[in-house]
Amino acid sequence: MAQHKVNYLQDGGAPIALTTIDKIVNFGRSNSLWPLTYGLACCAIEMMATGASRYDFDRFGTIFRASPRQADVIVIAGTLTKKHAEYMRRLYDQMPDPKWVISMGSCANTGGMFNTYATVQGADRIVPVDIYLPGCAPRPETLQYALMMLQKKIRKESVFRAIKKKRLV
Amino acid sequence: MRQYSNKQDVQQKSYYDDRFFITPQLPRVNISEDEVYSADIETLKSHVEVLESYIEAGELVVYVNATDNLKTITFLRDTLEYDFLMELSAIDYIKDRNGFEIFYEMLSTFKHKRLRVKCFISVKEELQSVESVFKMANWSEREMYDMYGVKVINHHNLKRILMPDDWYDHPLKKTYPLHGDETAQWYEVDKIFGKEARDVIGPEERDSAAIDRYDTTRFSRLGHEVEFGVDITDGKEPEHTPLAYQEEGGVKLFGKRLVKELHEDKSVTLDKRR
Repeated sequence: MAQHKVNYLQDGGAPIALTTIDKIVNFGRSNSLWPLTYGLACCAIEMMATGASRYDFDRFGTIFRASPRQADVIVIAGTLTKKHAEYMRRLYDQMPDPKWVISMGSCANTGGMFNTYATVQGADRIVPVDIYLPGCAPRPETLQYALMMLQKKIRKESVFRAIKKKRLV
Repeated sequence: MRQYSNKQDVQQKSYYDDRFFITPQLPRVNISEDEVYSADIETLKSHVEVLESYIEAGELVVYVNATDNLKTITFLRDTLEYDFLMELSAIDYIKDRNGFEIFYEMLSTFKHKRLRVKCFISVKEELQSVESVFKMANWSEREMYDMYGVKVINHHNLKRILMPDDWYDHPLKKTYPLHGDETAQWYEVDKIFGKEARDVIGPEERDSAAIDRYDTTRFSRLGHEVEFGVDITDGKEPEHTPLAYQEEGGVKLFGKRLVKELHEDKSVTLDKRR
């Protein structure tokens, strides 16, 4: 016999919540986005500021991880040079699926003011980008907004659909 | 007034030369006006062949033969007390003189004087390394090789310092295009995906003002977010997309919302920080 009487008929009385698999999985995924500790240039300073106490990425469940094996978001924060492109791609390949990419700042989006021989003209030539965040450098608020947009995007994804083969880039 | 010349296609030309452009030059002073320098140049002349020497902006400039560069630098350090090699690099004179001018900036902390040693080598000529005299020359000579292709001999580790090892050509040559040659433009694609991926990825977008506002796979304006890839060319773009940071239906537990619902019409922008 139960020690405490539980009124299962009372609203909220039953310790059961009903939802769909999609919702619960995306709830988990979108609210614990772990980006890679990876900065390339001055945007990385803004990214660090976003992670620090004043702007506090942690309240979105976003904690920077030092290993690509534990990360599911990569924020390309800064100028991506052609020499570095292959290492950036390698880090992306090392991340487990599902994974997302935020291209932060003008340089990562389009090459920005570095319209030269040594800079990759847009990180989307190397990896598939989910969110393009404009700015030079974007303020921490805008990186938060980009993260919220990414969460919104993730919440619309279906878990049952086989992981789409990513475009080449 | 100088004649107008069209500068629109300057970047496409290998060389931009304006016939009416005169390189500004500082006045050159005779060496006899500075007693420290005149004593130095006399000692130096007895040791190496000095082609030309003058004082420019209070600094002694000495031209020597390229084969004498190591000898000159060693002599300046050991005998004339020029104990610092501040900087060394090359200047591209391939078009005019088919070679490079090499300069060595030296500083004497004993005399508080600066001295510039200059020499000229043709494109095919080799240059003796001064790394054995000044350790500083190690990286500078590597950079000089990387950026200009100046061949330095007797350097213990002459390889590229800034550009990747498999880079083609030397980017600070005046003939090198700013946007890179073909290998440079496809460098990352060739390296990561292979040459066959060139067709898939396509050439670089070099127009910094290129914006396709109907490209919803890449960009959308803030406050006008549309779904990924939706066609908005026929004015289908929404005038205003409501701010929706939250899950549709909200995060509910036991029939209650965990997170307060956002009502955009009721939200206010604060004029002043609370």
